[in-house]
Amino acid sequence: MTDRLILGIESSCDETGVGIVRLGPDGSMELLADEVASSVEEHARFGGVVPEVASRAHLEAMVPTMRRAVEKAGIELRDVHSIAVTAGPGLAGALLVGVSAAKAYAAALDKPLYGVNHLAGHVAADTLQHGPLPKRCLALLVSGGHSQLLLIEGLAEKITEIGSTVDDAAGEAYDKVARLLDLPYPGGPPIDKLAKQGNGCAIAFPRGLTGPRDAKYDFSFSGLKTSVARWVEKQERAGEEIPLADVAASFQEAVADVLTAKAIRACKDLAVDTLVISGGVAANSRLSSLAAERCAEAGIELRVPRPRLCTDNGAMIAALGAHLVAAGAKPSAFDLSTTPGLPVSTIQIL
Amino acid sequence: MLVLALDTATPAVTAGVVELTPGAPPRLLAQRVTVNAKAHGELLTPHLQAALAEAGHRLSDLDAIVCGSGPGPFTGLRVGLVTAAALGQALNRPVYPVPTPDAVALDAATGKPLLVATDARRKEVYWAAYDAAGRRTDGPHVDRPADLVAKLPAVRPAVVEAAGEGAELYADVIGLPVVAARYPSPVSLVAVAAEELLAGARPAALTPLYLRRPDAVEPVGRKRVTKA
Ligand SMILES: [Zn+2]
Repeated sequence: MTDRLILGIESSCDETGVGIVRLGPDGSMELLADEVASSVEEHARFGGVVPEVASRAHLEAMVPTMRRAVEKAGIELRDVHSIAVTAGPGLAGALLVGVSAAKAYAAALDKPLYGVNHLAGHVAADTLQHGPLPKRCLALLVSGGHSQLLLIEGLAEKITEIGSTVDDAAGEAYDKVARLLDLPYPGGPPIDKLAKQGNGCAIAFPRGLTGPRDAKYDFSFSGLKTSVARWVEKQERAGEEIPLADVAASFQEAVADVLTAKAIRACKDLAVDTLVISGGVAANSRLSSLAAERCAEAGIELRVPRPRLCTDNGAMIAALGAHLVAAGAKPSAFDLSTTPGLPVSTIQIL
Repeated sequence: MLVLALDTATPAVTAGVVELTPGAPPRLLAQRVTVNAKAHGELLTPHLQAALAEAGHRLSDLDAIVCGSGPGPFTGLRVGLVTAAALGQALNRPVYPVPTPDAVALDAATGKPLLVATDARRKEVYWAAYDAAGRRTDGPHVDRPADLVAKLPAVRPAVVEAAGEGAELYADVIGLPVVAARYPSPVSLVAVAAEELLAGARPAALTPLYLRRPDAVEPVGRKRVTKA
């Protein structure tokens, strides 16, 4: 068997991504192209992703992004073996642009179509950098849209959600706290930067859902965000200056503490020795350093893909598609629906 | 020449294969149309595949693609445009956008000045006006039916009939006799672009006619969580 080129299309939120992965006969994967067009700047003044703005941007960006990816990979579209596309979870109107495009490309090229799960794609992205995953591993997905703990027993076979956020996603909490501190959107990078000059132990912000009777692997960030707001308002009322760097560092410490503590605990409970952290927030410096520290202590191998692979992109979808093709999965039908609330256990929609 | 016609600017998921020859009206070879405002994404590609199969053709036999550019409800409208754009790219064929009401006007073609109104939801219609020869004289616009009625006296020549689903829905407000042309047909979509198609003209940009801005509110100040 020869190499197969897998094309991945992503449009679940505010990034239009097209990735191309070469799948070798031995199952090896090489990333040939990873082109992304982002509409993040158009959302900045709204302080969050505006679905209609994102959908409009996807329509405009789809063909140019595809063209760039094909050029970058140095291939012809007709050389593609199969096409994978994010079918969910995500914003309904945004998903529809990518899935409609993927169907048209697959129909025009007469190639199989795979409608896949965005969350599974985030985990698959890591295999582009660090090679195959062990038989069982745990994944912590953290971004503006997701905060999940997943048990992975084969990327093409079985993924089980063992915990998730009961309210805000971790990245959402970052955005809200950033607004509170008059920092730009998205909030992750500016808070991370500011936190480096502050003391993470300065203010004891609450760790959500860490009581003995709380759900062991679920997260809650809404209370943390409120308590940061309360603290800031109290200082303002007292006429005190707000120690912005300390607030940022203490908030970030609370987030990183809860995320890593729960992930490590899940690894121990489930006897898993590999932890993958992916999603936009994976690039956060305190989360990665604390995870590295705690994983080393617990004898757990930590895998964090480079930032470019952590955020939403087409490469992760191509990678997941490649895992499915390698596993001999059946293609999806051309009447494939998008599913905004797709559970992670559904790796592919047939 | 063999042309694929697509439109998703109305609840009708429309795909048709049309033969276009100089000096003759476009001829329908096969079509698949399903009226379901929620199924554009699911059905459009299966529909165009089925229509091509019935016509005995493959996608690679196509010479060009024509796609309704709206106006229409955004989510569905984008399905047609992104499908057409991707097909055009993958097949290396030109894609011609056609305002959807222009095709409905051709379908209605009664030889009298005509109003075309399609359903814009939110109790509004997308509308455009046409003269007796089927040339667009006004629009497309988006308005509440009552506001449209208020604007009609300024439209020249005065429209005497109406077509489109919006015209049916709000017939009592609009007050014009409704002629039977509810959704754009593949043949009319191709007919609207026939001159450009036959001349091999460079297609216009494949831009949707949204006519409305996205719903989005900029945040004002920050919400307090404690009492001031
Ligand atoms: Zn994501």
